[in-house]
Amino acid sequence: MPFDPVRRGMMKGIASLGLAALPCLASRAFAAGDAGFALREIADGVFAFQGVNELMHSGNEGAICNLGVVVGADAAAVIDSGGSLVEAQSFIAAIARATRKPVRYLINTHVHPDHIFGNAAFRPLGPEIVGHRNLPAALEARGAFYLHNYREQLGGKLMEGIEIVPPTLLVDDALRLDLGGRVIELRAWEAAHTDNDLTVLDATSGTLFAGDLVFLGHLPTIDGSLLGWLRQMDALAGIDAAHVVPGHGPTPSAWPGALDDERRYFDALAADLRQAIKEGTPLAQAVKTAGRSEASNWALFDDYNERNATAAYAELEWE
Amino acid sequence: MKPNILRRLRRSVATLLVVAAAGGTLLGAGPASAQQSMAGSEKIWTALKGDVLGDRPILLDTGLIRIEAPKRAQDAALVPVDIYIDPAKAAGVKKVTMVIDVNPAPVAATFELGKEAGVTHLSTRVRVNDYSWLRAIAETESGELHMSQTFVKASGGCSAPAVKNSKEALASMGQMKLRQFAPPKESMTKAQELQLMIRHPNNSGLQRDPLTQYFIPAHFVQNLSISQGDRLILSMEGGISISEDPNFRFDFDVHGNDDIRVEATDTDGKVFTDKWPLDPTGL
Repeated sequence: MPFDPVRRGMMKGIASLGLAALPCLASRAFAAGDAGFALREIADGVFAFQGVNELMHSGNEGAICNLGVVVGADAAAVIDSGGSLVEAQSFIAAIARATRKPVRYLINTHVHPDHIFGNAAFRPLGPEIVGHRNLPAALEARGAFYLHNYREQLGGKLMEGIEIVPPTLLVDDALRLDLGGRVIELRAWEAAHTDNDLTVLDATSGTLFAGDLVFLGHLPTIDGSLLGWLRQMDALAGIDAAHVVPGHGPTPSAWPGALDDERRYFDALAADLRQAIKEGTPLAQAVKTAGRSEASNWALFDDYNERNATAAYAELEWE
Repeated sequence: MKPNILRRLRRSVATLLVVAAAGGTLLGAGPASAQQSMAGSEKIWTALKGDVLGDRPILLDTGLIRIEAPKRAQDAALVPVDIYIDPAKAAGVKKVTMVIDVNPAPVAATFELGKEAGVTHLSTRVRVNDYSWLRAIAETESGELHMSQTFVKASGGCSAPAVKNSKEALASMGQMKLRQFAPPKESMTKAQELQLMIRHPNNSGLQRDPLTQYFIPAHFVQNLSISQGDRLILSMEGGISISEDPNFRFDFDVHGNDDIRVEATDTDGKVFTDKWPLDPTGL
């Protein structure tokens, strides 16, 4: 074969992970087990932590996404583990202050590091780790890359001990978990934010944990399928809930009104890209302007809009 | 200068060097500076280029070929790359090799250009795993090698050089789409622009199957040829650095009215063929 790809592992440098400890220059959001970790009770037996609208970095200890806990008569379920072990340990301490029930389930709403990098911290609690049927493959395809590349953002010290911990219980389509007098309903979605999005509904309190299928304030990121997201928007809106804990944004938020902003952004982005594709504008050029009318409506717009436009262009040009 | 001052100066320089070295080590485990990454990428290239191009001298930035890519990759799985060939010299270029130093398969693609095809611009999309030089090397009929390079900072954040929608990628595999763009009205050439899109996961094979724990064999479009009638416009030998759903946009000189024909072969030996009538009115 004349083509010799000259393969090398993409995990170069992972072995040296944790060798060096970068001094923590920025002020810490909270220390491990910090009593200041703001886990608020938003409904009877339902708790939420609200992440900051920032990129993950050492100063915020990766705590950028929302996290949740639902407590039944026998056990608790935790929704997402956070973006670092340090954050996860603070989260675990806060859970212990909130309830004495054992954590029976740790639900990962999808593959992204801000939601799963805390998984290993839950190991001593021995929960089932629950994920979408596609989550194992996504972790396998991206895990090593995330562990390598996030060292730049989080620094060696915060990355220390972070592992990719795969799910032990998969949700094929829907799954009900009984926490004792309280059943939560998990639903696996077709590709939208990612190809492994899960939502969790606590019907008892009417709380929907939407994972990153719902963004408020923080620009949504498209890492699955824009068309899939738009197609499933009505089904999402049809979920019978009183309020929502979005993946990013205020906890809780009104339901289904929380979907309005992202739907408007997606429509604007798609309209701009469809026009560019129709006119034959190449990808590299089209992504510079597509969706820009939404710039002032979102945090982190400049960090993510071009990426979204890139992924969406490649998808929409097949229409 | 008094000797003791000199000594102190030497000492402080030495201290500085130690600090710098320590800083370098720390940075090596954490954020790497662009300069360090450039040097690392260059080192890989130095070790690699003999295997790829032999021992011939490589002429840098002669103007014969130019590569362009965004300075920061927005989506690691989809980095647009443009390669331009000086139209005055395009007839003498027979081959273009594209290299992404730090990728698991650094030779992203090798393009053979058809004689009299008149290809002066070729754009595609690639995966970029880390901070890296992207290189395009043109080989002329006389055997000269001309290189252009551009440095790309890989995207941080949650995008990864992996398939986004695994179900869709397999369901529609082999489907092709051709778009034709007429030359601008003011253009005196017969050059027409084509965009060929092929549905294919172009999987890296660097992952294990979560159920069996066996490595998934790489599965990508290995060979591609695009012709007008029997005249080759361009052919490609490619690998896993080409993005999912390989996409090529290029100009060429139209010869007659023959159909545009495409044949692609993947690593499973699957052959995908299609043809489209030439549409000189284009878009």
